[in-house]
Amino acid sequence: MALSNKTKEVLLGPLNKNNPVIVQVLGICSALAVTSKLEPAVVMAISVTVVVAFANVIISLLRKTIPNRIRIIVQLVVAAALVTLVSEVLKAFAYDVNKQLSVFVGLIVTNCILMGRLEAFALGNGPWPSFLDGIGNGLGYGWILVAVGFFRELLGSGSLFGHKVIPQCVYDAGYKDNGLMMLAPMAILIVACIIWIHRARNKDLQEESN
Amino acid sequence: MKVIRKYIEKIKPHFEKGGKFQAFHSVFEAFETFLFVPDTTSRSGVHIHDARDSKRTMSIVILALIPALLFGMYNIGYQHFLVIGAKAGFLETFFYGLLSMLPQIIVAYVVGLGIEFASAQYKKEEVAEGFLVSGILIPMILPVDTPLWMIAVATAFSVIFAKEVFGGTGYNIFNVALMARAFLFFAYPSKMSGDKVWIRTQGSFGAGNPEMANGVAQTVDGFTGATPLGQIATTGADSFVSFSFTNAVGQPLSLSDMFWGFIPGSAGEVSTFAILLGAFILIVTGVGSWKTILSVFIGGVVAIVSVNLFASNAIMEMPMEYHFLLGGFAFGAVFMATDPVTSARTEKGKWIYGFLIGLIAITIRVFNPGYPEGMMLSILLMNAFAPLIDFYVVDANIKRRMKRVAVKNRKGVEK
Repeated sequence: MALSNKTKEVLLGPLNKNNPVIVQVLGICSALAVTSKLEPAVVMAISVTVVVAFANVIISLLRKTIPNRIRIIVQLVVAAALVTLVSEVLKAFAYDVNKQLSVFVGLIVTNCILMGRLEAFALGNGPWPSFLDGIGNGLGYGWILVAVGFFRELLGSGSLFGHKVIPQCVYDAGYKDNGLMMLAPMAILIVACIIWIHRARNKDLQEESN
Repeated sequence: MKVIRKYIEKIKPHFEKGGKFQAFHSVFEAFETFLFVPDTTSRSGVHIHDARDSKRTMSIVILALIPALLFGMYNIGYQHFLVIGAKAGFLETFFYGLLSMLPQIIVAYVVGLGIEFASAQYKKEEVAEGFLVSGILIPMILPVDTPLWMIAVATAFSVIFAKEVFGGTGYNIFNVALMARAFLFFAYPSKMSGDKVWIRTQGSFGAGNPEMANGVAQTVDGFTGATPLGQIATTGADSFVSFSFTNAVGQPLSLSDMFWGFIPGSAGEVSTFAILLGAFILIVTGVGSWKTILSVFIGGVVAIVSVNLFASNAIMEMPMEYHFLLGGFAFGAVFMATDPVTSARTEKGKWIYGFLIGLIAITIRVFNPGYPEGMMLSILLMNAFAPLIDFYVVDANIKRRMKRVAVKNRKGVEK
């Protein structure tokens, strides 16, 4: 199935030039909170992708029947239902990760990306583009989380997905894990570095300096 | 001097536009102006040039740091030979300290200047001189036994994230050397505090080798490497009288030991005497602000007096003179708080800025047992507030003068 240009833009735009985290600077709080290890970061990325995609579809289907004045409440109900579902699934099948993510699964409801996409896209587009938009934004959010989680776990604990990857001989030579990587300040510095590289590669995104 | 001047004049054309090494113009320019006052003048408007440019200022700070640095080196050797139970002459002691500190200084300079030169070259700007002081400060405020690679990582971190991203020398919000220390403190706490890191027990490059057993350096019995400040912060004693400071081998420490600096600690901070010499140089040359230094101590006095009043444990009862002689209080007040870039710039602002540094430093010291050295955090915190202080000082001045204008105008109307 060849994708038309518009569909491509809807799906792939959020991965790069319209990224929710590094361009729109949304969803930063959870990006800092769940990325100290790679595993919760991946699970969080998947959960958000699923929730945004399906919330988008549902709201898009309902968009002509939702009264404008109470649309936020309707969006919240839909989002909360989906988040509860995801949370229960996680509790059943990935209890440890669910523990690590703690409140942040429930807080997907308040994730700015979710509400932003429902307001900005799903209310004005059909179900199929909305679904793609949800997938795109979820993945756009997700790859930042995974990238941040990768560096934080590698440099902070010397492991990836809980497996030691830095060999013992390096530690014997005097290397130590960087404790700052486990703290939130380093997460925001890593996000900043990703933004730095991204802006350097995409000159059109650079804000004008005055 | 003349020989160097002549040589520089000779090779200069190669670095000008069109020359062989045109690409390295920034590097050449940096060395030339470091050695000699620049001979260029402004082409437009009226400018007054003072020979005391920022490179000269930096040289004076380095000069002021020399006493503390030399004593710090001697003290590294002194503590080392004390704990390995060996006798050593003055020169041997100093030589040991020199050998253990020199690599740290070299690493800090190579990494920091490397990044500065690279970024200046990349941006086609002149190399700024700010790192000359930071490079020597970083090894002086770190524990003696900090591994070299950690110094390299911390220096790179602070030069890039505390300085270059803000626009380079003169634009940084936080003190670069303190950022390097703060980075290490949070990243590798086990290497930055406790009682293992303040005294070097290994030999350095063959000098002062201790007796080894199973690859572990042998120390005298009862060895503890905790700094005096660390000792009192972790003591179980509930009053200052029942507590006594000891040196690394368990002998009691007197006030004069602390003043001259025969205590475990970072190289720069141990000798209050050497720091006073440095303060004298800074104040006489006008490079460091005496207002900032004095107000840090005033802030400290206020905090100590009020803490002493409600004292309930040993560190709360600790009298003023100990607070000033121990830890990084004096060093921070003289060399860190006076950093012209990160401190408040208005004269009134300097009083407020320094006062709060002293106050907060003592507060952290007394109430946070896990971290008895509050100077670093309090200076960094006030670095963040310095622009705000300046803003309100300037604002208050404008308001005061506006009032005067308003009064005058009204009088004019009434006439």
